Amino acid sequence: MATTVHEPPKIDRRRSADAGQSGNRGWRNLVPADGSLRAVDDRSPEPATTGIWVGLAAITMSFAAFTSALVVRQGSGMDWRHISLPPILYLNTLVLLASGVTLEVARRRVARYARGISSEIAIPMSWLCLTLSLGLLFVAGQYVAWLRLRAAGLYLSTNPTSSFFYVLTAVHALHVTGGLGGLINVISKLIRSVLRRSTLDATSYYWHFMGILWLYLLLLLWMKF
Amino acid sequence: MHDMSAHAAQHHAPPQGFIRKHVFSVDHKVIGKQYYALALVAVVTGMVLSWLMRIHLVWPNSPIPGLQWLSKVGAPGGIMTPEYYLQLMTMHGTIMVFFVLTTAPFAGFGNYFLPIQIGAEDMAFPRFNMMSFWVTFVAFCVLVAAFFVPEGPPLSGWTAYAPLSAVGGVAGPGQGMGQNLWGISIAIFCIGQLLGSLNFIATTLDLRTKGMTLGRMPISTWAWFITSCIGLTAFAVLLPACILLILDRVAGTSFFIPANLVISDQIQPHSGGSPLLWQHLFWFFGHPEVYIAIVPAMGIVSHILINSMRKPLLSHKAVIYSMMSIGFLSYMVYGHHMFVSGMNPFSALVFSFPTLIITIPATIIVLIWIGSLYGSRLQITAASLFALGFISMFVSGGVSGFFLAQPSIDIYLHATYFVVGHFHMVMGVAAMFGIFAATYFWFPKMTGRMMSEPLGKLHFWLSLVGTYCIFMPFHYLGLAANVRRYSSFVNEYLQPLLPVHKFITYAALLTGGAQLIFLYNLIHSRFWGKPAPANPWNCTSLEWTTPSPPPFDNFGGKHPVVYHDPYQYGVKSSTGADYVMQDSPEEVKPA
Repeated sequence: MATTVHEPPKIDRRRSADAGQSGNRGWRNLVPADGSLRAVDDRSPEPATTGIWVGLAAITMSFAAFTSALVVRQGSGMDWRHISLPPILYLNTLVLLASGVTLEVARRRVARYARGISSEIAIPMSWLCLTLSLGLLFVAGQYVAWLRLRAAGLYLSTNPTSSFFYVLTAVHALHVTGGLGGLINVISKLIRSVLRRSTLDATSYYWHFMGILWLYLLLLLWMKF
Repeated sequence: MHDMSAHAAQHHAPPQGFIRKHVFSVDHKVIGKQYYALALVAVVTGMVLSWLMRIHLVWPNSPIPGLQWLSKVGAPGGIMTPEYYLQLMTMHGTIMVFFVLTTAPFAGFGNYFLPIQIGAEDMAFPRFNMMSFWVTFVAFCVLVAAFFVPEGPPLSGWTAYAPLSAVGGVAGPGQGMGQNLWGISIAIFCIGQLLGSLNFIATTLDLRTKGMTLGRMPISTWAWFITSCIGLTAFAVLLPACILLILDRVAGTSFFIPANLVISDQIQPHSGGSPLLWQHLFWFFGHPEVYIAIVPAMGIVSHILINSMRKPLLSHKAVIYSMMSIGFLSYMVYGHHMFVSGMNPFSALVFSFPTLIITIPATIIVLIWIGSLYGSRLQITAASLFALGFISMFVSGGVSGFFLAQPSIDIYLHATYFVVGHFHMVMGVAAMFGIFAATYFWFPKMTGRMMSEPLGKLHFWLSLVGTYCIFMPFHYLGLAANVRRYSSFVNEYLQPLLPVHKFITYAALLTGGAQLIFLYNLIHSRFWGKPAPANPWNCTSLEWTTPSPPPFDNFGGKHPVVYHDPYQYGVKSSTGADYVMQDSPEEVKPA
């Protein structure tokens, strides 16, 4: 199992200057097993970017479990009742989708600010705050949807349909609330000028995923209810 | 070595003060040791519970001194009720599977050694890492709290089958608050392990040092990485299942409780739920959980055996690919736990097939170990003995898996001691042997002191013989149709089996007692052991390039650069040694 020795490594100044944390910092840029160390390009994903994808995979698994529970439960008993979804859900959907758009705009404005093209911090800040407000509005809207359901006499335990409605929307709202925490973190870091691109990217991937997840849940509820 | 950037050094400043250093530490090494300590407390608890059960099984009418203090209702006068036997069994299983077999080999040793083996100074998300441990600790406290609620812990087993686990206090002692605590504890545990798995994956992908390609990672690192991928997906399914179970119990929903269920002459106010749904969700997690316990041990054992044989395995890649296949297939076999659950018999056939397929990668790994051992001059140490013991247990326990994988045979053997013997050997004892091997091997690195080898070897032989004496007869009991979960054998047809049970109980008490040697060795060596050099086993991987114990940032402000595959043994080095370390720039010449 003999291997060839590679050239002694050179300290990569470019990397040392801007590398955030430890290690090689990325599987895409590892020293090739039979290549030259000097050929290595050191721009690699931050752990935050990798971490968020891994986290989203876990969330996907959880909602897949809820979905399969819903499908099995629908088939297991004779008590599956059809309920009409509160119309406010559609308004909430628009709000969440709009927040995705404003976040993308915010991301571009932050990039302009970071590159020095624009010196006005208020512009990216206002777009981020708008996103945060829309997110809060979505959670509030979901709360209104629960109130509507309750007013119609449909509680958590009334029938399996209402049970799944509350569980799916509440778990999703909880995740959105986590995303709001992420946005507040981004805003506070931007104020202190310590915001890293990877943090903003990770937060926005998460936020967009929440939007896509909500569209999926709405479709599921619409089909099954 | 190359310098870390200024930013990187700030990333992990030396901790100050006792609390930051030892309690709420973000250092992966401290967190690894905390997980190990938690597993140690849990394993002692679980073992004492198993003793209580074994004693009651063979002397059902003799009081166990002090037991009445644990529960006046469950053990009046020190004699446990049948229900209390089941409650202790539930706690034994839950504590052992979740808080020992998951925490020690994966979260404990993985936390300590994964970052060092890839040349990183910490995990990708140190604060998440700290949170992961403390969340797990809270989960353990919540579970143990079930002993101290009026009716005691739940009696539904570690699998918490619905509707027994879902209907509440009416189902029996401990099914009220005890079962609530169980559900909450496991849900919290899932969150802790999800955070841990996320950290392991991001760390392995992003924080490898220069030259540490995927192919150059030690097998142990690969095992922890694969395990974290399994853990991420498995615990992400158990968490929703626990949420639905808790809602059934406290919010009156009917996810798992069927209509018209009568308990104690009362119709339960639930409708249309599916008890099978719980089993599907639980075992979708439950079977991968078996591999969460065993794959890290496979990695650890490979790592140790290669070091003791002083030569690489026959195929490094085949072991890694086999572990990957096991991880992948583990999701397709879970239905073999449910052959008699009432699910469609055709499903049983569908699940039986991948169950037999999964034995192929497992067999490949075993054959590679045995083939590599053949003709090697194995250095006999406590660590290598336990590694051999692992193989022995894994094979002995695995063979009975072939029988259980067949639905027609499983229908006969299901819920008998055959199954109990099978999983205790292949998952419980094998993983424990992996933990012991890892402890004897890495203790010098973790504490800077050597453990006593003679005591370690004595501990090994007593444990090996003892565990075979305990768990081999279980298989015979199972074939004789001895059902599990009975608290005593008053039935006439079980009376002739009582001598076998007595033998097992004696063996369990003695083998458990033999573990005191290990505890003594662990504690004595920690404080008074011989000081350990940086590389006592002449090992090649990166954890042995730093002092024992490693400094807070692992490599003293530097990052190692990796030039070689992980296991350059049996070669000629410039210093005359028979190995070349991964970070050594010298050329490797065949011996």
